[in-house]
Amino acid sequence: MPSSTAVEASLPIRSEMDLAWVRGHVRQAAGLLGFGLVAQTKLVTAASELARNTLVHGGGGRMDSAEVTRGPARGLRLVFSDEGPGIADIERALADGYTSGGGLGMGLGGARRLVHEFTIDSTPGSGTTVTVVCWASAPPPAFGGR
Amino acid sequence: MSNGFQHGFTGHVPVLRLGEVLLVTLQGDLQDSTAQQLQQDLAERIASSGVSGVVIDISGVEIIDSFLGRVLAEIAAGASLLAARTVVAGMRPAVAITLVELGLTLPGLRTALTTEAAVELLTSQGPAAGHRAAPREHP
Repeated sequence: MPSSTAVEASLPIRSEMDLAWVRGHVRQAAGLLGFGLVAQTKLVTAASELARNTLVHGGGGRMDSAEVTRGPARGLRLVFSDEGPGIADIERALADGYTSGGGLGMGLGGARRLVHEFTIDSTPGSGTTVTVVCWASAPPPAFGGR
Repeated sequence: MSNGFQHGFTGHVPVLRLGEVLLVTLQGDLQDSTAQQLQQDLAERIASSGVSGVVIDISGVEIIDSFLGRVLAEIAAGASLLAARTVVAGMRPAVAITLVELGLTLPGLRTALTTEAAVELLTSQGPAAGHRAAPREHP
C-alpha cells in the first residue's frame, strides 16, 4: 500500500469509537511522515480535542487528512468539518476557560497551541470547519507569525 | 478498514488491590466511556474497601487530552472526599510536554515517576500526613 493512502483519509466522526479511529489514523499518518514522538503526541492530542468538538458541539461530521509540502518540509493537514450550529463568537470559544459543555474549556484554544497553523471557519446555523497543519520538522517560514 | 493502531480498553478497566492501595493500569487508547466507568468503579471500590490510596499507572497511555485529564483530576478529587489519596504514576515525557502546552497542568494531581515510587509515597506517610509531599524521590 503506498504511503499516501495511509496518510490521506476521510473519516466519519459520528461516535465515541470514531474518536479512537481518528486518533489512531493521525498517529499512524504522523509516524509515516516522520514526526518525532513529541510532535506526534501533540498532533494526536490536538486531533482528539478537535474531533470531540466535532462530535459534541457539531453533532458529528468528518475529518479529512492529507500530506502537505512546502519546499523540503513535509507536514500533515487535518480538516474537521461539521454541519452543526456553528460558533457565534469564535474569539470567545478560543479563550481558555470558555466551555459550552462538560469540558475544562481548554479544547479549542489548547488545540490551537499544539499545532503550527490553525484556521477556523464557522457560520452560525451552517457549521464549523477547523483546519490545522503540523510540520514534521521546524515549520517553514512562509507564513511568519504562528 | 484495518490501519492497525493499537486498541485500548473498552468496558471495565481492572482494579487490583495491594494492601491499602488500589492499583489501576491504563493502556493504549482509552475511550471516553471507559474512563468514566473507571471513575465510578474506583469510587465504589474505595468506599467498599476503605483503602487509603489509589495508584493510576499511565505509563502505557500515549495521549491525554482535556477529557481524560479532567477524568483523572475528578478521580483524585472524588477519592479525596472518600479519604483516599491518588497518585498518577509513569506519565510519558511527551504527554507531560503536551499537557502543559494544552494548558492542563492539573495542579491538584500528585504524580510519581514509577508505580513503585507511587506506592511508597502512599504507604510511607500516615493517612493524615501532608498531601503535598515531594513525589520525586530518587531511589
